[in-house]
Amino acid sequence: MRPAERVEGAEGPDAHGRFGPYGGQYVPETVMPALAELEAAFRGALADPSFHAELERLLRDYVGRPTPLWHAERLSQRLGRGVRVYLKREDLCHTGAHKINNAVGQALLCLRMGKKRVIAETGAGQHGVACATVAALFGLRCRVYMGEEDMERQALNVFRMRLLGTEVAPVSAGTRTLKDALNEAIRDWVTNVETTHYILGTAAGMHPYPWLVREFQAVIGREARRQVLQAEGRLPDAAVACVGGGSNAIGLFAPFLADRGVRLFGVEAAGRGLETGEHAASLTAGRPGVLHGSLSYVLQDEDGQVLNAHSISAGLDYPGVGPEHSHLRDTGRATYLACTDAEALEGMRLLGQTEGIIPALESAHAVGALERIVAGLPEGALVVVGVSGRGDKDMPQVAKLLMNEPAP
Amino acid sequence: MNEGLGARSPGAGGAPGGRPEAAAPRLGASLAAVRARGAKALVPYVMLGDPDLETSVRVARAMAEAGADAIELGMPFSDPLADGPVIQAAGQRALGGGYRLARGLQAVADLRRQVACPLALMTYVNPILQRGAASFCAEAARAGADGLVVPDLPLEESAGLGASCRAQGMDLVLLVAPTSTDERIAGVARAASGFIYCVSVVGVTGAREDTLVRVPATVVRVRARTALPLLVGFGINSVEKAVRAAAVADGVIVASWIVQALADLGAGATPEARAALASRMVRVLRAGLDARPA
Repeated sequence: MRPAERVEGAEGPDAHGRFGPYGGQYVPETVMPALAELEAAFRGALADPSFHAELERLLRDYVGRPTPLWHAERLSQRLGRGVRVYLKREDLCHTGAHKINNAVGQALLCLRMGKKRVIAETGAGQHGVACATVAALFGLRCRVYMGEEDMERQALNVFRMRLLGTEVAPVSAGTRTLKDALNEAIRDWVTNVETTHYILGTAAGMHPYPWLVREFQAVIGREARRQVLQAEGRLPDAAVACVGGGSNAIGLFAPFLADRGVRLFGVEAAGRGLETGEHAASLTAGRPGVLHGSLSYVLQDEDGQVLNAHSISAGLDYPGVGPEHSHLRDTGRATYLACTDAEALEGMRLLGQTEGIIPALESAHAVGALERIVAGLPEGALVVVGVSGRGDKDMPQVAKLLMNEPAP
Repeated sequence: MNEGLGARSPGAGGAPGGRPEAAAPRLGASLAAVRARGAKALVPYVMLGDPDLETSVRVARAMAEAGADAIELGMPFSDPLADGPVIQAAGQRALGGGYRLARGLQAVADLRRQVACPLALMTYVNPILQRGAASFCAEAARAGADGLVVPDLPLEESAGLGASCRAQGMDLVLLVAPTSTDERIAGVARAASGFIYCVSVVGVTGAREDTLVRVPATVVRVRARTALPLLVGFGINSVEKAVRAAAVADGVIVASWIVQALADLGAGATPEARAALASRMVRVLRAGLDARPA
C-alpha cells in the first residue's frame, strides 16, 4: 500500500490507513481483498480526469451543487456579539442532505469496479435514500439495512427508499439502530463481496472508507471556503457541524484544516444529558476502541463491550465516530462538544423562526450549540455552520414531541 | 489509551505473570500430532456463558471426553461482525446473563483443570485491546489457554498480538478465505502459528447450502504455502460435511451446528442434558471422521 494522496491540506491516512493511531482495517479476511480493490479503484479514479468530470457533472446537474452559503442575518442578531453566521445549505441538495455527495461518488466507483449490486446502512434514512436514489439512477440493485427503531421514527424515508425501488431490510438485533444496521451491512458484504459494493455512508469504518468518504464530502468545505472568501473577503473564525459518524463535519472541516486560524467545532449528541449515560457522545465521553473495522473513540464498558447510544436524532445515534475526528480531537485541531435532545429541538425551532429554514434533527445539534460556541469566539466572529440536511423527515417525530407544548 | 495491541511495535509482547515459562505452544503441536497418526482433527466450539459459565464449562468437558482434539471457546462480544445469527444469539444470551471477561477467564481456568486437550479462545479485537494485548495474553495463558482466534484481525493488524501470544507460549491462529489472494495466503502462512483456519465460504459463520464448494481450491492454495495443519470451519452442520471437508484438510471446526442444537433444547434444559447432547454430537462426528474411507 502506498501512502494516501494528501488533498487540500487534509492529513492522513498513512500507508496503514491510520490517522495518527486511529483507523486501520479490523475486518474479516474475506473482505480484505475487496478493500484493496476498492482502494485501487479509488486511486485510479482520482488519477482519471474523466472520473472527475463525470462526478462534477453529476454534482452540478443532478445534486444541484454548488449549494448556497446563506448569510443568516436574523440568526446572527439573535446570537448577538456582532457575530456573522453563514449557513452551508446541504439541506438543498437533491434528496435533502449531504449524503448524496458520497453516494454519487461511490456509485461511480461501483461502476468502475463492474459491480451491479450495492448495499448500505442507514440511521436517519438520509444515506439510505441517497443510495436508493443513485441505485435507481445507475440501474443498480440496492438493499439498505436499517434498525427497526429507526424505521419507526423515520418512516417517511423508509417509504421513499421503497418507492425508489430499494429493498429496506429491517434489523432487529441489538439496539435496532444504526450500530446494528452497520453490523448487518458488513455481514452482507462479507457474504456477497464478490458481486456487491458496500456504500458506507459515514467517514467511519475500515480503511479506505474514512478517507474516501472525506474526499467525496470535502466538496462541502471547498465550496464554503470559496463562498465565504467571496462574501467576506476573509476566512471564517470558526466552522461548526454536527458529528455522528462524522461525514458532513469532516467534509466541511477538511478544506479548512490547513487554515490554522479557522477553529473547528464538532457537535455530538448529548441525548438526555451526558450524566445520564443516555447519549451518543463518543468523542466527549468514550475511549479508544475498535468498532466496525477501525480504531476510534467508542462508547464501551470496561470489557470492551459496545454500549447502547441514545439520541433523538437517528443519524447521530451511534456509539462510534470516524477515526480522523478521533485524531483531530487528540491533536486539539478540532474541538468537540455535545448538545442534548432538548437543545437540538430548540436549535431546530431557532433556525426555523429566524431564517425560515427547518434543519434535520442532526443539523439542529450544530445550531443548538451555537450560543455556547459563539460565547468563546471574539466579538464580530465569522462562523460557517453546516446545515447537513432538511427537517421534513423529522416532522412526524417532532410533532409528537412538541404536540402538548404551547407555541413559544 | 491503554497499552493497545502494539500493532506497530513487534516485540512489545512481554508481560509479567503469564505462564511460568513460555513453552512451545501446544495447540499446533497437538494438531500436528493428530495429523502424524493419520487422523483428522475435530475442534468443536462452545460459547462461554451460554447460557451460563458453569454449563458452558460442563459442555466443553463433555466434548473433550467425547473425543475432541481441541476446543474453541467463544468469548461473547457485543458486535460480532463475522458471525451469523446462531453465534450472535449465543453471545447475546451470554451477555444478557451477565458474562464478564474476568469471569470468562476464570471459567477457562476451571475447564483447564478438568481437561487435557488444547483450548483456543475465539474473541474479537476490542476486548483484547481494552485489556491491552500483553495483559490479555498473560491472563489467557495463566488461565490455561493455548491459542487465540480473532476473526476481525487480518494479517496486517496482527503483528503486535502475535508477539504477545508468542511471549506467553500461545498460538495466534490466522484465517484465510476463498477470496484471499495467493499473495495474502503466503503472508498468512508466514505469520500464523498453531493452525490455519480455512474459512469454507464467502460469508459469516453458520449453515448454508453451498458450504463446501470452494473448500478444495482454497485448501490446495494454502497447502502449497505452509506445513501448518489446516482446519476448515464455517457452516459444517452434518457429519457428512465434516467428513468431506476433512478429506481435503487436516480437520474441522464445528460451531453453529452444535450451538444451535444446544439452544434448541430450550432455556429450561439442564446442564446434564446439554452436556449429553454435546457429547453425542462430538461422538458421531468423531466416528464419522475416524471411519472415513482411506
